[in-house]
Amino acid sequence: MSADLPTTDVRESRRAAVAATLADVERVPGAKKPDPIVVADHITRHFGGMTAVDVDHIEIQRGAITALIGPNGAGKTTLFNLLTGFDKPSTGTWSFDGKSLHGVSAARVARSGMVRTFQLTKALSRMLVIENMRLGATKQPGENLATALFPPLWKAREKEITVQAEELLARFKLDTKRDDFAGSLSGGQRKLLEMARALMSKPTMVMLDEPMAGVNPALTQSLLGHVEALRDEGTTVLFVEHDMHMVRHISDWVIVMAEGRIVAEGPPETVMQDQAVVDAYLGKHHDTDLGDDSLLDDDTTEQLEAEVRAEAIARGEQEETS
Amino acid sequence: MDWSRIFTNVAGEIFAPTTAAYALGAIGLNIHFGLTGLLNMGQAGFMLLGAYGFAIATIAGWPLYAAVLVAMAAAAVFALILGIPTLKLRGDYLAIVTIAAAEIVRLVGRSTALTEITGASSGLRGNEYKHTFTGASPFPDTVWSLGPFSYATNASNSWWIRIVAWVVVGLACLLVYLLIKSPWGRVLKGIREDEDAVRSLGKNVYSYKMQSLILGGVIGAVAGIIYVLPRAVQPDSMGRPMTFFIWTILLLGGAATVFGPVLGSIIFWAGLMLIKTVMRDGVPETIMRNEQIEQFGWIIVGVTLMLLVIFRPQGILGDKKELAINVR
Repeated sequence: MSADLPTTDVRESRRAAVAATLADVERVPGAKKPDPIVVADHITRHFGGMTAVDVDHIEIQRGAITALIGPNGAGKTTLFNLLTGFDKPSTGTWSFDGKSLHGVSAARVARSGMVRTFQLTKALSRMLVIENMRLGATKQPGENLATALFPPLWKAREKEITVQAEELLARFKLDTKRDDFAGSLSGGQRKLLEMARALMSKPTMVMLDEPMAGVNPALTQSLLGHVEALRDEGTTVLFVEHDMHMVRHISDWVIVMAEGRIVAEGPPETVMQDQAVVDAYLGKHHDTDLGDDSLLDDDTTEQLEAEVRAEAIARGEQEETS
Repeated sequence: MDWSRIFTNVAGEIFAPTTAAYALGAIGLNIHFGLTGLLNMGQAGFMLLGAYGFAIATIAGWPLYAAVLVAMAAAAVFALILGIPTLKLRGDYLAIVTIAAAEIVRLVGRSTALTEITGASSGLRGNEYKHTFTGASPFPDTVWSLGPFSYATNASNSWWIRIVAWVVVGLACLLVYLLIKSPWGRVLKGIREDEDAVRSLGKNVYSYKMQSLILGGVIGAVAGIIYVLPRAVQPDSMGRPMTFFIWTILLLGGAATVFGPVLGSIIFWAGLMLIKTVMRDGVPETIMRNEQIEQFGWIIVGVTLMLLVIFRPQGILGDKKELAINVR
């Protein structure tokens, strides 16, 4: 970790402070937060006859790291797309930082300070790493066709953003790749580049869609550090993740989705014990060590088989009634 | 074989007004495809519209600058109409719509209902609309010779049109050079790579694509004016084949480069002339007649395009490294 980042002590105290503000929040789906940055009501999204998202109420706490988890097909990424303007909900209202985002385009959502990354990394392959970074900056006069023709009008801003880009690249340890094509980076480096690029616009809220997918363990630790560093600087983070280790390790609050609805909310230490979560997401035996020899006992095996039979019968009855 | 005549013919093509017109058309297409990734399959439509706009306005008695502005405005409106419904969709739709729209322009232009205005399929004769352009020439009316090249100073296929055409090509290259290096060009390249990524960074992708479509189309319209000044406005000579020659030129020279379209156009027309003149002298009438040689030249163009796309997709001036990491 480079020197300009806050020390571990600062990080821990920051984490404790956020945890304290969230301590009194009710552990129920759609709980009210003391200082929400995103508030959404009655959001639904139908794809044909299928309801992908059906969220009554959701609030995201400002300055905290919130994790959005849930099994495959739970509607996490769809909700992400809806919040960032990449998709339009069938019904519902939502606001960011007090401003309504209804009918606002993805580009304007990003300009208002809510920047996202993608599950499948979107590094701009045939552009240099530094050009990728520069593209992330906002308020560039040279991005206007008329002023673009007169370099003196935008050279000053270009210098500023280049300095900013180089600082970020150094922080994400990509400075040696500055003049390489983004397409020549490894998968994990592209994730880093995408995150660094999103930070070029100095966002108030960062939305990370599976930041750990496809990243090797060596890079995971530094990625985690970068996400926590965002919170230290006061940036709000919302991320979708399957990696439970990451969720437990860095998040301040966890929202669990299943079949398009929010089924539970709470701090990471306790939300995992919530029966709804255990059932929906982790399976009934999530705490059992599969390498445990005691599992091979005849008693245990019989007990498990009985459970499976009972479940099969229950499922059969359900299907008959429906 | 008369090599000095062959050489003169080939060298004459290098700076012919047609070569300049195609280079300019390809520069417009380069903004669409090379920079923004828009698949415009109807660049000839923009050129024909520019030619019509210029010729009809001049015949109506408008001065030179106004006629040029009419041509550019027509292309801008055309781009707007094409872009509004298609730029929000995936790239392939623009390809389908532009190829159809270019055909619509040509078919409307040659329809007998418009004979009074466009001259229908026989088109507009050059003498009807050339006078403002030749009148703007500072040269005396005579014939100048430079080495083996001898052209009139002002009339039709003149030194005047050559000078103007290549100055315009030079200005267009300067424009593209400035834009490629600017943050505006960076946004376009980003859109070429991944629209959604650029959108997530707060850029209005739709507006940028529209700007690109209009700018490239307007340059195409100017190319159309230059193309018809030494000849006549013939709708059927500015159809699909013209679009495909422009694509060949762009890919030959190298998309997303500044001078690629110019080099591509020069090699394309000089190469074609070389094949035709050498074969006319070298192949006996009994094997291949003159008109067959003409056709054979085009066959070679088609084969060249195929070989090019397979073995050197980045073109002559393109950056091999840039294309090598094309993961899609």
